[in-house]
Amino acid sequence: MTAYNVPSSGVMADPMVVAEGLHKSFGDHHALRGLDLSVVRGTVCGLLGANGAGKTTAVRILATLSDPDAGHARVAGYDVVREAGEVRARIGLAGQYAAVDEKLTGRGNLRMFGRLYHLSRRAAHRRADELLERFGLMDAADRPVASYSGGMRRRLDLITSLIRRPEVLFLDEPTTGLDPRSRGEIWNSVRELVADGTTVLLTTQYLDEADHLADDIVVIDHGQVIATGTPEELKATIGDRLDVTLEDPAALPAAMTHLNTLANTDPTPVGPDGLSVVLPVGGLRLADIVRELDHAGVAAADVRLRRPTLDEVFLRLTDRKEPVR
Amino acid sequence: MTARTSPLRRLGWTLTDGLTLVGRELGRLRQEPGQIVAALVFPVIMVVLFGYVFGSAIQVPNGDDYREYLMPGLFAMVTFSAWLGVMTRMATDASRGVMDRFRSMPMARLAVPFGQTGADLLTGLLMLAIMVGAGLLVGWQPHRGVITTAQAFLLMIVLRYALSWVGVYLGLAVKNDQIADALVPLGLPFTMLSNAFVPTAGMPGWLRFLADWNPVSALTAASRGLFGNPGVPSGNVDWPLAHPVTATLLWSVALLVIFVPLSLRAYLRSGR
Repeated sequence: MTAYNVPSSGVMADPMVVAEGLHKSFGDHHALRGLDLSVVRGTVCGLLGANGAGKTTAVRILATLSDPDAGHARVAGYDVVREAGEVRARIGLAGQYAAVDEKLTGRGNLRMFGRLYHLSRRAAHRRADELLERFGLMDAADRPVASYSGGMRRRLDLITSLIRRPEVLFLDEPTTGLDPRSRGEIWNSVRELVADGTTVLLTTQYLDEADHLADDIVVIDHGQVIATGTPEELKATIGDRLDVTLEDPAALPAAMTHLNTLANTDPTPVGPDGLSVVLPVGGLRLADIVRELDHAGVAAADVRLRRPTLDEVFLRLTDRKEPVR
Repeated sequence: MTARTSPLRRLGWTLTDGLTLVGRELGRLRQEPGQIVAALVFPVIMVVLFGYVFGSAIQVPNGDDYREYLMPGLFAMVTFSAWLGVMTRMATDASRGVMDRFRSMPMARLAVPFGQTGADLLTGLLMLAIMVGAGLLVGWQPHRGVITTAQAFLLMIVLRYALSWVGVYLGLAVKNDQIADALVPLGLPFTMLSNAFVPTAGMPGWLRFLADWNPVSALTAASRGLFGNPGVPSGNVDWPLAHPVTATLLWSVALLVIFVPLSLRAYLRSGR
């Protein structure tokens, strides 16, 4: 995790990204329906949502690529519509919707974008070398980007957005389609940036990515926020999960019935001899459950209580449809 | 650049950023020596193909040399490649997200379209120079002195610049490099449907009308006249061929007046 551990109640303190009531429609499609967002300085905020939930639309508005139909947003203290030039001087954008010239070399790209960020020729060259060195692309610096692997390309894309040392970095699905090793490398880079004080807004479909990187998570669905909190807080909202493996598969129906009564919800069978159920928040202790199963004559080979994964939280939240808070 | 820079400074950045993007195109060429070779070989192929293969069968009025007749047509063909190249590059930038990166940066807003058209002007000059070299090799010559010759080339450059703005607009309109690539082969029939390679007098009436009003024909006729090459139409011909220099300039102005505002509007508003 990052060096920072900002409690979610600190949302009021010095936000670098604030969005209030953002609406955006494309024809009949309402991509955003009153999105609110706040990201504290120096933290990573993970914006989670299924495809089409409005993540990219939100990032495009915050990065001044698109204007909201209603609502307003400030990034680094400046309005994204009226003071777009000031915002652009303070942000970086990478991921799905930012890119580099495939026909230029890695170094050529960084130098060109450095010049376009209005660095002097010499400063642009020096910054290009610094970034290539720091993010491990020096060996490939003079090869055209078309010859790079997917992971290297994303890394170049990421460091291109760092040329001007942005105060706020928008990462739109920065690791979609990458292998685990390349994902790990991008994650490390993001952690380093946050240690430098950069504020990051990250969209992702990978829940483990948000779990690893984000201090706060905002879950959006159909263009609205349906939940916010730290990963731990979100996991706590749906209660712990109980996994039971039975000694005798024949006992499965009996176990299902008993656990249903205990948890007040339907367990899911896992294989021929296992089942899994979400327990009510603040409910049962493991010892009580084992005793109950014993009383019912169900012999368990293994009973484990675990925190839900963020995936389970996400599925539960997006299934529910109406806003949580 | 901040929101409150003076107009003069903004213009300065537009120029600086535009030049950076011109430099980008040159950098791309350096990474792809194959393209330079292709750019060198292509004119030679065209000169041989048309000058010798077709030329052996085509009768030029008054029995003049076909290659003298052909070269202004090939110059026009090179000129009309402008919109294709710019369209493809704009569409590639739009579909790969490079355009979004530009637009999220504190760079001059208008540098991208001006940089692209400026870069095309440079590469266009290079291509024209190579084609001139190929022409001189097979015996083509301008016959009317330095100034008139320069006027012919200037005319090509003006029209080329106007055509490159058509490319900017089309590239922004299609936004997809694959569609843009699919449109490229349309360039050839467009060039062929003119007086560039054969006289239009023998075409059926309706086709001849299209060919005579094709701007390719106006440019070809204008440069034939200015170079003193054969094939300058005489007698009762359509207006653009009777006044080819004026027609070419009018085409250029019309294209600029229509496509510069359209392109700038499309660029500033795309994705909004």
